[in-house]
Amino acid sequence: MAIRSEPITINLGPQHPSTHGVFRMRVTFDGETIIDVEPIFGYLHRGSEKLAEERTYTQVVTLTDRMDYVSSMLNNQGYILAVEKLCDINPKPRGVWLRMIASELQRIASHLVAIGFLIQDLGAWGTPLTYAMREREKILQMFEMLCGARITNSYLRPGGVFMDAPSVFWDVLDSFIASFPKSIDELEKLITSNEIIFSRTKGVAVLSSKDAIDASITGPILRSTGVDWDLRKRDSYDYYDDVEFDIPIHEAGDNYARYLLRVQEIRESLKIVEQCKKNIQPGLVRPHHDEVPDLLKPPSGDCYVAIEGSKGELGFYLVSDGSIAPYRWHVRSSSLINLTLLKDMLVGTLFGDLFVTFGSIDINMGEVDR
Amino acid sequence: MIGFGLIKGLLVTLRNLFGPIFTVQYPDKRAGIFEYAKFRNKSISRIFLDERKNFFLAILNYVKIPVRNEQFSRFRGNEFVWYDDRCTACASCAKYCPLGIIEIETHPGGENLQAGENYEIDKFSIDTGRCMFCGLCVEACPYDALHMGTDFEKGTYIRDDLVLDKETLISQKKNPSSWFRPQFESSEYDPWKESLPDSKKAGRHEKPTDEDIKRNWVNKRSKSE
Ligand code: SF4
Ligand code: SF4
Repeated sequence: MAIRSEPITINLGPQHPSTHGVFRMRVTFDGETIIDVEPIFGYLHRGSEKLAEERTYTQVVTLTDRMDYVSSMLNNQGYILAVEKLCDINPKPRGVWLRMIASELQRIASHLVAIGFLIQDLGAWGTPLTYAMREREKILQMFEMLCGARITNSYLRPGGVFMDAPSVFWDVLDSFIASFPKSIDELEKLITSNEIIFSRTKGVAVLSSKDAIDASITGPILRSTGVDWDLRKRDSYDYYDDVEFDIPIHEAGDNYARYLLRVQEIRESLKIVEQCKKNIQPGLVRPHHDEVPDLLKPPSGDCYVAIEGSKGELGFYLVSDGSIAPYRWHVRSSSLINLTLLKDMLVGTLFGDLFVTFGSIDINMGEVDR
Repeated sequence: MIGFGLIKGLLVTLRNLFGPIFTVQYPDKRAGIFEYAKFRNKSISRIFLDERKNFFLAILNYVKIPVRNEQFSRFRGNEFVWYDDRCTACASCAKYCPLGIIEIETHPGGENLQAGENYEIDKFSIDTGRCMFCGLCVEACPYDALHMGTDFEKGTYIRDDLVLDKETLISQKKNPSSWFRPQFESSEYDPWKESLPDSKKAGRHEKPTDEDIKRNWVNKRSKSE
């Protein structure tokens, strides 16, 4: 005879360390099984979109840094591409290669954070996270060489990047490309075939491809359900057409597939960085001031540009009224939209799987709330 | 085989236990006797005679010496380097700042007193408490008068202390970072080793003369109007 139980509602967050920022959930349990999840966000809302309306197009770059603060370079790239489309700017090839290197490195760093914290949420306190952070540190050091900052980069400018990479950067990048596969092998040895991780993540929080497409989920979560969708291939921007890389796909759609897919994407990103480095030619990294003035005044109109961010489709919608500041700036943040299926993924799983699933979705509250 | 994956993982951690140490100690680190002697710039016997206690602590690897981690020269630290004799008070920096935290007050003055051509700076202050160190102000400065600094240990207990006013900016140590200053990167200058008090060396060119400024800002504009 089953024990009669009553559902109990618990409030998790917004100050919970496992919620990756200030995220709150109202979870209803029946025993240990989740029967309802209600995500509540908005605790980190800073009004970036409104702030942009009174800043010039170059100044808004600094706001994009602070959206998804573990992948600032990618935010920079998406925004700059939108500005370039709006103002019809022809970027300099060297600048484009450099920003591709930067954004692929950033994708690696962001996925490393995702993997590290996923395992951290599983209860492996510290160790795998430290391994992931150790590798990320190397990337952040390279960013420091490029732009003097590690998190809030503001490296990109309309038409390219703000300054050429220093010569020492290339040596460091070389040694990084040479040593990184070994490090990622090591991380995989630690995690991929671990039985505890198998039992905790395989078959947990399964998402079907139909649900994912219906909820317009993008990024690694969509690809882990078996849908071949990557904007770098589908709607190629910058020079992604000229480099060769594969898009890893998994069918399972569970937490383990999401983890494995990120590891494989890291390897592909490294391939792209290698090819970018081969293709880069000397030249200007940004157009001269006479070509592209510092104070941009795009013609009135609007444009939408989406890139494949580390967490999914990162879209920027800009409306210009012909003045020096955007009339409206809207960000289609992948983290926010990927959160919408949280309830469908979690209902029926156990309490212990809640934060694991949350970690495997890899959201960033800075991007959710903006 | 069940359990094999676990063992494989444990072997990785075991190997890393004997690998190189990746973390750094900050703000102090524990040093051995050789390192301590080098830090004090004394011979080991001198340390034995002068600082008996520290000598034994150092033998046990227990004495503390401060560490200063060096960043790359483009590092954007939380202070600014401003050369008052290069600055023309054009206020480009103030206009470029996304937060509007640079305050400049001027009055017409200086050697060549003609209204609008030469300015005396009454006030030049940057509120670093609100600054996000994006470096746009440095990018905007046409005369290489304002540079990002490289120092970063600037915490205070009072918010107002974070406002860098004209006097502080003039008197503080000048270790400009090479953010947006390619002339520093091509030269031997390293902000972590030396400072650059000489404003002549800091810029790509001399401070513009009054004639230059007039030609650039007054004559050109009146032609285009
Ligand atoms: S670094 Fe950025 S925020 Fe700080 S004063 Fe300069 S422009 Fe303003
Ligand atoms: S932009 Fe440079 S020259 Fe002009 S006021 Fe600022 S520091 Fe002085």
